[in-house]
Amino acid sequence: MPKRNDIKSILLIGSGPIVIGQACEFDYSGTQALKALREEGYRTILVNSNPATIMTDPEYADATYIEPITADAIEKIIKRENPDALLPTMGGQTGLNVAKELHESGVLEKYNVELIGARIDSINKAEDREAFKAAMQKIGVPVAKSKIVHTFDEAVQVLQDIPLPVIIRPSFTLGGAGASFAYNQKEFEEMVRIGLEASPVTEVLIEESILHWKEFELEMMRDKNDNVVVICTIENFDPVGVHTGDSITVAPSQTLSDKEFQVLRDYAVAIMREIGVDSGGSNIQYAINPKDGRVIVIEMNPRVSRSSALASKATGYPIAKLAAKLAVGYTLDELPNDITKVTKASFEPTIDYVVTKIPRFDFKKFKKSKTTLGPQMRAVGEVMAMGRNFPESIQKAIYSLEENMDGFSSDMQKLDEKELLDKVQKPTHLRLLYLHAALIRGIDVDVLYRKTGIDPWFLHQLQRITNLEKKYQQIGLDSVTLEQLLELKKTGFTDKKLSHMFGVTTEVIKNKRDTLGIKPSYKMVDTCAAEFESYTNYLYSCYAGESESKPTDKKKVVILGSGPNRIGQGVEFDYCCVHASLSLRKLGFESILINCNPETVSTDYDISDRLYFEPLTEEHVEEILEREKPDGVIVQFGGQTPLKLSKFIESKGYPILGTSTESIYKAEDRDLFREILSNLDIDQPESAIAYSLDEVDEIVEKLPFPLMVRPSFVLGGRAMEVVENKDELSRYIEKAVRVSPEHPILIDRFLENSIEIDVDAISDGENTFVAGIMQHIEQAGVHSGDSSCVLPPVSIPEHIIEEIKEKTARIAKTLNVKGFLNIQYALQGDHLFIIEVNPRASRTVPFVSKSKQMPLMLEAVKVVLGEKLDVKRLENQRTPDYYSVKAPVFPFLKFDNEDTILGPEMKSTGEVMGISKQWEVAYGKAQIAAGNHLPLKGNVFLSVKNDDKERAADIAKKIQMAGFTVYCTHGTAEFLQSKGVHVERVNKVREGRPHIVDKMINNEIDLVMNTTKGKGSIKDSYSIRRTALEKSIPYFTTLEGASAATHAIQQLQERGLEVHKLQDL
Amino acid sequence: MKKGFLLLEDGTVYQGRALGSHTVKGGEIVFHTGMTGYQEVLTDPSYCGQIVMMTYPHIGSYGVCPEDVESRKPFLKGFVMGDYTEHYSNFRATRSLVSYLEEYGIPAIDQIDTREITRKIREQGAMRALISTDEENVHELQKKLADTPVMTGRNLVDEVTCQAAYTWSQDILGADVATDDRPHVVVIDCGVKYNILRNLVGQGFQVTVVPASTSSHEIMALQPDGILVSNGPGDPEVVGTTIGTLKEIIGKLPVMGICLGHQLLSLALGAKTYKLKFGHHGANHPVKNLLTGKIEITSMNHGFAVDASSLQDIDTKFGAVELTHMHLSDETLEGFRIKDVNLLAIQYHPEASPGPHDSHYLFQEFAACIESCIKTS
Repeated sequence: MPKRNDIKSILLIGSGPIVIGQACEFDYSGTQALKALREEGYRTILVNSNPATIMTDPEYADATYIEPITADAIEKIIKRENPDALLPTMGGQTGLNVAKELHESGVLEKYNVELIGARIDSINKAEDREAFKAAMQKIGVPVAKSKIVHTFDEAVQVLQDIPLPVIIRPSFTLGGAGASFAYNQKEFEEMVRIGLEASPVTEVLIEESILHWKEFELEMMRDKNDNVVVICTIENFDPVGVHTGDSITVAPSQTLSDKEFQVLRDYAVAIMREIGVDSGGSNIQYAINPKDGRVIVIEMNPRVSRSSALASKATGYPIAKLAAKLAVGYTLDELPNDITKVTKASFEPTIDYVVTKIPRFDFKKFKKSKTTLGPQMRAVGEVMAMGRNFPESIQKAIYSLEENMDGFSSDMQKLDEKELLDKVQKPTHLRLLYLHAALIRGIDVDVLYRKTGIDPWFLHQLQRITNLEKKYQQIGLDSVTLEQLLELKKTGFTDKKLSHMFGVTTEVIKNKRDTLGIKPSYKMVDTCAAEFESYTNYLYSCYAGESESKPTDKKKVVILGSGPNRIGQGVEFDYCCVHASLSLRKLGFESILINCNPETVSTDYDISDRLYFEPLTEEHVEEILEREKPDGVIVQFGGQTPLKLSKFIESKGYPILGTSTESIYKAEDRDLFREILSNLDIDQPESAIAYSLDEVDEIVEKLPFPLMVRPSFVLGGRAMEVVENKDELSRYIEKAVRVSPEHPILIDRFLENSIEIDVDAISDGENTFVAGIMQHIEQAGVHSGDSSCVLPPVSIPEHIIEEIKEKTARIAKTLNVKGFLNIQYALQGDHLFIIEVNPRASRTVPFVSKSKQMPLMLEAVKVVLGEKLDVKRLENQRTPDYYSVKAPVFPFLKFDNEDTILGPEMKSTGEVMGISKQWEVAYGKAQIAAGNHLPLKGNVFLSVKNDDKERAADIAKKIQMAGFTVYCTHGTAEFLQSKGVHVERVNKVREGRPHIVDKMINNEIDLVMNTTKGKGSIKDSYSIRRTALEKSIPYFTTLEGASAATHAIQQLQERGLEVHKLQDL
Repeated sequence: MKKGFLLLEDGTVYQGRALGSHTVKGGEIVFHTGMTGYQEVLTDPSYCGQIVMMTYPHIGSYGVCPEDVESRKPFLKGFVMGDYTEHYSNFRATRSLVSYLEEYGIPAIDQIDTREITRKIREQGAMRALISTDEENVHELQKKLADTPVMTGRNLVDEVTCQAAYTWSQDILGADVATDDRPHVVVIDCGVKYNILRNLVGQGFQVTVVPASTSSHEIMALQPDGILVSNGPGDPEVVGTTIGTLKEIIGKLPVMGICLGHQLLSLALGAKTYKLKFGHHGANHPVKNLLTGKIEITSMNHGFAVDASSLQDIDTKFGAVELTHMHLSDETLEGFRIKDVNLLAIQYHPEASPGPHDSHYLFQEFAACIESCIKTS
């Protein structure tokens, strides 16, 4: 049956900003879906607030809206675009939720928009706990035993059906708080009493504990003819208890016999039918009791998901693309398998390698939170690796993490057995380290299994690694035979690891390997275990037999990707790599991509001519370069990950295209760079370096407070602080860092009341095009990645703009930049300072490209390849006459006890963009898109530091005019009243109750504007910030933000939210 | 580590790790693409005379479970794996895979590039091979490989069929059930998989299994209500006795043929069979049901196939041959029926084991045929 002709246009909802649990896998899915729908001739309309996505590039949809993903905004888009259908399954939970809202409010019916890909009743049945349970019982699929009770006596009765241990979950507490385990009768009685009390409706759910059961996931597809296929089976290394997103997972399943697997498959087919997913993908999670094989279904998602992206990359089967085609009426047997071309999509992929996914965490940014992994996902990214056996696969994945782990290894051997067993028992992101130490120490697999619940199969496979390590402890490299070295390589030992084992350099190992002819071979990911000929160059390395990669003699360039997403290096860099690859192809080069992040668009095999899914280490990259012999390598688009490799690559004789490694390092070296700037007569904030306490005192004599201090040995803004006076400085030195000749501290003058400015430019070494000048909205001192910014700037005088352009061009020329250049300036009064220079693509490249609607990546790639930059042409290009604001999105809610205050250390995971003719409105829209739903009426809490009081009066007046009641604490209230503004008083937290936090908890505050100065005041306001976060109350910490939000609220009251199509701007 | 060798007919020699029994055995090498189900594969009598290579590298991971055997013993010549695991993990498993292979005298090899060999077979077609876990002289081994018979023209049914008739009463869950008063199906055992028998019991039949050489007269004497001719190894064209038996039975009773049984029924009707380049061996093969348009994911194991046009051309005295199933990837014939005489023939394995359960309905259809016949008589 062919596609549907009764629908002509389709609206697709993206997933919005990158947040924990919803990352760029939805850009990958959505981009695939858009391409698929276009291919079929449908008119596509996209809404997504995230500018750092490929899907929001204007060429991917007929109408692109970078607008908040709210029912309000989407209704306006629907009204304008009049789509026939809405595809809600590509935008994660965000997409489904907003689609449900649009359905429930009658919008879809009103505008006659049909939901395709998932029906509302299916979504509800899958997502409502009780409805799902009932559906499962109806079709005889077992679920965890559970019972809702309202009295203590009822609870005690339940134990007859559900034996201990059990989980007790009080109903309707905030954020699911209060769920606990009871292992014995006494604990049970206690927890039931507490739970009943904690629940506002005196209700607790008693649920059977499935802790340490084995966990599996099936990725499914079903079409309207009821053809159902399993795309991939995933087995979790970490047993039940850790969120799948935080678990190490492996594909295919390893410890299921066919009999058991077919039970899961039968259930999955039945579940797809009962829930009613009739044209798309779903994933279904199971738990299996390892003792008796009892199976229960945990949950299902009736949409594409993080796991389906992983499954697509793991098998080569493009789930999202096919799901989109099923949604418009195709059936699986009509659609080709892209990889084999001759076979159809209606089959079940079979793979002949082992896939391992490991999540990547950033706990060091959230030090107050516990690191024990649990049901709340906290991973910020993930890596995937493929190998011909599990040890090889997991070791490659560990290298891909870039966490300084030497494969499966550790330096924890000093811990004694008891300590190690304590450590492995707790699931944390460091558990692999402790497992390694435990296995090296000789702790029995059975003991480790009992402690961890990790299936013995995995532990035995890990033991293969440690056994080899131990075996070669006493053997010198000279006596290692070809077979032995090959076995080590096959098991995933890198040259680096071997060099440590044998006490030689990596070169010695590599030479021995090369002499013996031990080279990696590259195998194809082909969905069919080589049964059919395949045409896709999607490759991974291993040490087995023939190589299937077919390097050509064409002009070709290797692009190094950015590895796993982490805070500070996210989807923006993948965006750049994808465009680099597409641009290369456009310019007649073959593009070869190396990356290891399964969530990304760059690891879609469609994007490059050859995709090597490999760790970004020296060895893995060098082997590919040796095989491909490219004309050059591009390192400037993937963030720090490729830059770290550039010197090495150059030393091996492969040209780095674009800005030289030397220039990149010059810009990063503090002293060299200071010298360059001083030669150019460009100012930096004064700074000094102190090797002792005495020197600190000397410096403080010369430099005025406030000062920015940080240890010299930590990168990326960690442990950086602004100190206001000598006391704070002493405290910082005592508590945070100890100054010594080996560990000096860096002291910079902190530019108070300055405006930070971010500049992205492209240069060919001679001519420079300043592509974007962005003005930060947060005060200086907040990491640029965490600052909202506006483009074009709103309060920077023309002569300063000229000065910025001139200085940027001068620096570009001096550093001989060929490609991108990012500079951070600070403007204090009329005085322009340079804070930092990065001669590479920055985080803001996609934002600037979208705002200016210019294909900056294409221009940069041309320059990188040696073309001259036509600055005139670029400067004369017409750009939209709109303001664009970028706002960050933070993960604080997932981290207990964490303060939301911003500083020099970056904490945001993603970003959104707001567009409007008025910058304040653009800012307001960005806030809404970031989840700060600006209220249109209600009560505002206003409390500002002394310096801000004068200007706060204006804001107070305006927001009152807008109909809000203003609440202030003592100081602000008195000041405002003296200015004739009538406000309500409210207690500070330490002034006694009821205080401001009480009011917030009671839903009496709708908006918070709070600026602070000094450590004391920051500490005092912590509970306000945390409460605002937990109650989702919009919160502004700068007057600039507060003032813009006030203006935006007025505008929203008057005109409502206006939406803009990128293609119209 | 003991060295093991795998030699292919095209002259290539692979060296790996010897496992299982210490011996030298030759046969036709085929690859199986299932990621689970090695134990069912090993005990499928259709692999008699063959060396089976699994394309998924980790084999042995869940050990050997006593309930998962598909026949009285493994009949294959050798087993090739990428990365064997002695440390298995599964709550039902009782022993390791290699200890099982040793017990039945089957040589195995691992630590070789199974993907490379798969590509070779895909390109060059099925070929003879030799596994040695004993002799290391490659020259000697090559001579032995040359002596290994080719599959075409080989009747292997005699090697795998049962010696005497027996009754089967275990259902799909492995439970013994009383079947005395049920309709009676006689299974002609050309190498039957137990799961076919379990499915028949599951459909409510009394089941008697008879040797492949049993005459139609002897079969009819058992007063069956239906006949199932099973899967099995080798070239169908040379299984003359059974073809003869079937010629005498078709039209008299409902008959179902599975795999080799499907081919034997075709031959009995006068159609032709041919050898596929490298066959279908796996648990992910899509088959289109030509009657409903629906796709089933099926378990397959066949190196020979029926020439669909030869079948369509036949003017049977029983009525029109209706093609019912087709392989979605290469359009091989996967099933047909003659409705008027209740004949069902399926090239793949509706009993699965290993593989998906999508095609269990075929046993229901067979049961329905028998039921309607009983009613009308």
